[in-house]
Parts: sequence; structure tokens; C-alpha cells
Amino acid sequence: MFAFIIRRIIQAVVVMLVISFIGFTIKSQVGDPIRGLMGVSVKEVEREALRDKLGLNDPFLIQYKNFLKDAVRGDFGTSYFFKKPATEVILDKAPATLELVIASAVLIIILSIPLGTYCAIRPKSILSRCIMGLSIVGVSIPVFLTAIMLIFLFSVNMNILPSYGRGDTVEIFGGLWSTGFLTWDGIKHLILPVISLSSIMLPLFIRLIRAEMMEVLQTEYIKFAWAKGLSRKKIWFKHAFKNTLLPVITVGGVQLGIMIAYTILTETVFQWQGMGFMFLEAVERSDTALLVAYLMFVGVLFVVVNTLVDIIYGIINPKVRISGTK
Amino acid sequence: MKKKLFGFIAAALIAFSGSAYANKVTLGVAADPVSLDIHVQLSGEMLAYSHLAFDPLVRWTKQMDFEPRLAKSWERVDDLTMRFKLRKGVKFHSGNSFTAKDVVWTIDRLKKSQDFKGLFEPFTGAEAVDEYTVDIKTKEPYGLVLNMMTYVFPMDSEFYTGKDENGKPKDAIVKVGESFANTHQSGTGPFYVTYREQGVKTVFKRFDEYWDKDCPGNVEELVMNPIKKDSTRVASLLSGDVDFIYPVTPQNYKMVKRSDDVKLVTMGGSRIITFQMNQKRRPEFANKKVRQAMVYAVNNEGIVEKIMKGEAVAAGQQGPEGFGGYVEELKPRYDLDKAKKLMKEAGYENGFECTMAAPNNRYVNDEKIAEAVAAMLSKINIKVNLKTMPKAQYWPAFDERSADIQMIGWHPDTEDSANYSEYLVMCPSKETGYGQYNSGMYCNEKVDELIMKCQTETDPDVRNAMLKEVERTLYNEAAFMPLHWQNLSWAGKNNLKIEPIINMMNFPYFGELVVK
Repeated sequence: MFAFIIRRIIQAVVVMLVISFIGFTIKSQVGDPIRGLMGVSVKEVEREALRDKLGLNDPFLIQYKNFLKDAVRGDFGTSYFFKKPATEVILDKAPATLELVIASAVLIIILSIPLGTYCAIRPKSILSRCIMGLSIVGVSIPVFLTAIMLIFLFSVNMNILPSYGRGDTVEIFGGLWSTGFLTWDGIKHLILPVISLSSIMLPLFIRLIRAEMMEVLQTEYIKFAWAKGLSRKKIWFKHAFKNTLLPVITVGGVQLGIMIAYTILTETVFQWQGMGFMFLEAVERSDTALLVAYLMFVGVLFVVVNTLVDIIYGIINPKVRISGTK
Repeated sequence: MKKKLFGFIAAALIAFSGSAYANKVTLGVAADPVSLDIHVQLSGEMLAYSHLAFDPLVRWTKQMDFEPRLAKSWERVDDLTMRFKLRKGVKFHSGNSFTAKDVVWTIDRLKKSQDFKGLFEPFTGAEAVDEYTVDIKTKEPYGLVLNMMTYVFPMDSEFYTGKDENGKPKDAIVKVGESFANTHQSGTGPFYVTYREQGVKTVFKRFDEYWDKDCPGNVEELVMNPIKKDSTRVASLLSGDVDFIYPVTPQNYKMVKRSDDVKLVTMGGSRIITFQMNQKRRPEFANKKVRQAMVYAVNNEGIVEKIMKGEAVAAGQQGPEGFGGYVEELKPRYDLDKAKKLMKEAGYENGFECTMAAPNNRYVNDEKIAEAVAAMLSKINIKVNLKTMPKAQYWPAFDERSADIQMIGWHPDTEDSANYSEYLVMCPSKETGYGQYNSGMYCNEKVDELIMKCQTETDPDVRNAMLKEVERTLYNEAAFMPLHWQNLSWAGKNNLKIEPIINMMNFPYFGELVVK
């Protein structure tokens, strides 16, 4: 286990190095950060002076070297727009996204497991057909459309749910984390974004669980269990379901990582002040310092999520062993 | 004991009634100010914020006249000096009193600001004559002294002097990184900032000791929330989450108008949208007749009607009505037959192929406008290969003059006709800095000469005559392709009196906002 974790840390460092290098090579293509920092009528001379001051005129390798030198000391650059260290900005925005993703993940788990299993066990029932039909609709409608329709239905027409933002938040853990879970207003603000964020993932998981479970139900050992005369519950939920979970966890892990990193559409439509929104804004403002730092953060995030998935995998399926030796 | 208790109840009652009647207004804006330091960046959001927390010496009225604010009156002493009498009894949010030294300090700081130093280049500085009199001096006679004084929002010099806890000077202007002025604020404005989370929320409270006792405004608390997406901004107004939004995009006008609880207010603006035809890249564009043909071929009134839904004014020149250089006769001139005839005369009857570039998230409907213009030019056999891109990529491409025809919108910082020409049509030159956004590479010595003369001319009539001459020349030579002036738009709940506080600069004077 220890060797496994060490290996993963080394992997994370390599990922960060590669991403930062790629980030630096494409940075000049994203746009000119000076444009976002100065008024349009400012003379070219002044622009050049600022560019010099920020080191944007240095050759590529020198810029990269300076960046790495600071990064080793934990300084990943200063956001041009927020005028604060990039890591601080990312950590400020993280709670909003994490809460949105956690709430959506909970919703997805609560709904997809029973629905998916039901569709697998009773594939021909009318309810199953309805669920599958609806899931096709859910997968096909783009998130932003779902989000806008929700806003117009529940905020504008019925006026029962708020249309944007996080509402009242409470600071916990000594101000490190601002949460919307603890106020009624905060929860009301969560409902629509959570629904729209789950609108794609939920059908996907229902279909995935259904397909996997149906496949498992065809296997020899399930047939053997039937022959042995085990109870239906035991066969479905103990033997079949557990084996269904393995691929679901792999996909779930990757999807969770993607949701945390790029909830861009949902966050933009709802002006949800999380990392996805921040990322999009940083692209539009050419806030390249923040962009590079964020891409590295996402790299680490994926390594962490994959590590967790591997550990859970080992717990569920003893055949898979995680260790330093092959 | 009894007395104490009574006092407590009374206090509680006052506090209760205060909170019950305190008017709280929530704004949904496209972007919030990037800093609390008004000299960090020259942008619309920053100036709108300046009008909330600070007061200028003079400001524009809705009719584009000058209105005295912290300066009570002014007179010209000589060609180079303008004397301003300042208002007495004005307090800063910190409690310090406002005097002439704050004006001198602020103008010195403006001259150091990277964004503002260009605008304040003609000035040598300010001198305090006595506590409430200040002389503003220019290097040469300058006709726009008052225009520029709308940019002087006196800052609390005592408050911003000294060192902060990190040992950095408090008056430092820092664009990237932390500074005292980026996060602290003391001005004389109707509001002061009580909370700010950049990009999320800024809260303003009314300043009890605000000098303007005649100010009708009754908003006690103003919350500014940036809501970036146009449709979400409109939805949040319609659902009642916010009270006032701007801007409103034309696609959403219908929805706002349909609602009984909110109203839409629009007003002509001074941002001109144009296309520039690069004469250095395309020898065809150096031919006056080709340029004229292109202007004749573009039906900009049609664009206003169809794409802008009528919320723009089709243009034939740079500055809109009300500006010094505006010439009545210079109308939009769509005439396809004439355009074809001109192309024939120029020898390009069979047309040619060229490239065009436009942003897709900078101006209202920019992409659709570019597509329409490209289609219209194809009628005179000019085949346009259009490329649109987000503004972050557009501006570097624009600066490189990477397409034959490029879109540019311009709003003059000085609210004066000459400013358009200085940036858009004067001969581009690295040394002088003029023609910075002249990607058409149009260069006419006569125009340059007239604009240079305007800079030192202080007689408005003589100056306007020259500005009109410039507009006529540009029109006849088809120096650029004028499209329209974008309208400004605001929307708010019915109980907000929006009309009196809006203006052509798009700095709503929220201090004067009345809530019924």
C-alpha cells in the first residue's frame, strides 16, 4: 500500500510537470492577458512596459524556468484578474463546485442504482421501458438547454426557486470552506443546478448499471445460483449486484473527476461561482497564470481520484490487489 | 432602570423600523469592477463603480452638459489655466475633510496610472491656491479640460498615504497582485463598500454624511452581483432575484417587454461599430471608388432593423448627434446600383476575394453583423472569407492587422468627436501613438492636421467647424465603413425610477436612484 501511494505521488508530479509544460506552450495562443488588464485606449508603449514588468516578453524557456522555480516553493503564479495567488483563488472556488458535485453524485447514486437494477431484472416491464425512454431524452438534451428550461419554468414562471448564484453561505472549518448546505436559502439555490448537472449523468448511469447487470445475470455462476435454489434477493443483490459495480466504479470515478474539473456549462448558466465558471472566465480573460495553475490542479485531481478508485476496487474485488510489486 | 428599558425599546423600535423601510436594491451586471482602486484600470465597469463610491469634480448630465459636483464653479484664468472652486463641508468615508490637496494628490496619481496617464498627458498638473481653490494647468491650450475633469474622482489623500501592514506604500497602483488600494476605499461618494468578493458580490451602504443633501436617492443598500450570461441575467430580473440589470441584449427585449413587473429603458449610445478596409494589405481598398462602393453596398439600416431589433442608430459618420463634429447631412447611404456602378468604374466589375475578421463576444450581435455585411458585399462580387473569434484571440489578431477587413467599435473616453479620429483614422504611427486602432491604414495628412489643431483650440465654435470638416472628408473618401451606434439598455422593476439616473456613458448614477 505504501509503495503504491508513493508511486502515485511520483505519477502526480510527472503529470503536473507535463501539464505545466503543455500549458506554457499553448499559453500564448489563448490570448494576450494585457488586454484584460488595461483600457482599450491605453498607448502601446504602456502595454509594452507592463508586458516587460510581468515577464511576458521573456523567451519561453526563461518564463518556464521562473515558473518552476516559484512552483517548487508552492507559488503557482498570481491571477491577473483576481490579483491574488492562483492557488488561493482555486481553493476559494473549490467548495462551490465540490458541493454541487457531491449533491449531484448523491442524487445520481440514490436514483440510478434502484432504477438501473430494476430495468435489468424486469427488462420487459412497462416501467422499465419508460425509464429507458426517458433516459434517452435525458442524455440527448444538452445541459445548458436543460438548465435554461429549468430556470424559466421554476424561477421565472412559477417563481419558486432562485435563478442564479449560491444564496446564503455559512463559513465552516474556520472560514476555509463556505457551505450552502446549512442554510435553507443555500439548499434552494442548489436544487436547479444539481438537477441540470445530473441530467446527463443520471441516465448514463442507469443505462450502464442496467447493461452490466443484465450481462452478469447471464453468467454461469448466477445460473448455478438459481439451480442451487438461492433466494431471488440473494442472487440479485448479493451476487449479481456486487459484480455489476466494478465497471460502474471505474466509469464513476472518471466521471466524478470530470464533473469536478469541468462543470462549466451548469456553472455558467447558473452563475455558480465554482471552478468550472472560474476556468471559463479565465479562458475568456486570458488569465493565463490562473489557467496553467488550474490545469495542474486538475491533473493532480485526476491522479487522486484514480488512486481512490483503485483502492475501492481492491476492497470490493479481492482479486485485484494493489501493491508495489507486480 | 425604567428609563434604560425605555431607551432600549426605543432603540430597538428605531432599528426595526429602519430595517423594515431600508431600501435594498440588487443589481445584476455583466461584470463587476476588477479592483476598488479607481486608477487601476480604465473601463466602463470601473467608471460606473467610481460614480458609486466617489464623486467627480464635474460630471455629464443626460443631455451631455457639465454638472458641477465637487467643483462648485470654474473659470478660465489664462490659456493654460482653469481655476476650480471646490465645495466646502464635504467628508470622505473615513471622516477626513475634502480639500484642494486631495484634488492635487489625485491628479498626480492619475498621471502615474498606466491606464490614465495617456488621457492626462496634456496636463502639467494641479496647484492648490487655497484650501478650496485649485488651478488645473495644461502644457498647451486645451479645449477638453472639463471633459477630463469628469475623470477626476478625488481620493482621500490622507487615507491612502503611508505604508500598509506589508510595508508597501498605500498609494501604489498595482495591476497584478495585492495592494492596499485594491481592497480599501475612501471617497466622497453616496455609497461606501462594506463587503466585496471579486466576481461574486459587492455590497454598498449609503454614506450618512454624503454632502449632496438635495440628492433624491433613497437606496440604503446596494448589492452588485455580476451575472455573466445574458439570459440568466434577464431570468433573474424576471424571477425577482435582482431589481435592476444592464445590459439587456436585443434578443431578450421581447421577454422583458412582455412582463408587467419590469420595464426596459434604452437610449442612444456613442459607441460606433465600423469595419476598416486595410489599404496596405489590399491594393483594391486603396482605390477610393472601391471603398465607396463597399459603403454603398452595405445596408446598415437593414442591419439595425433586423439584427439589432431597432435598438441602434444607423450611422454615416463617427460621432452621433449631440457631438461637436456631427454633420446632419451625413446619412447612411445604401444604394446597391450605385455600388455596382462604382465597382465598374474602378475596374473591379468581376470583384475579388478578401478576408474579414470580427469578434464574437465583444459587441452586441457582432458575429451576426459581420455575417450580414459579408453577404451584402457578395452582391458587388466581393467574396469575403469571414473569420470570427472570441475577443481574447481577436485583439492580438486585430493588432497584427491579420485580415483585410476588420471590425472595431469605439466609444470615446473624452465624449468628444476628435477622439474617434485620433484612434481610428489618423495615420498610424508608433512614435506619436495616433491611429492605434486604424487597421484600415487610412492616412490623410489633412485630417491629421485638423485633429492636431483641435487639440489646442479652446474656442468651441472654431473647433466644431474643424471636426465637421473631418467628418465630411472621411465620409467623402469612405475612409471606413460605418454601421451603427449601439443603444444602451437597462431594465428594472417598475418601482425603480430608472430614467433620471441613466446616461449615454452607461454610468447609472445609483446615488440618485429613487425606489417607490
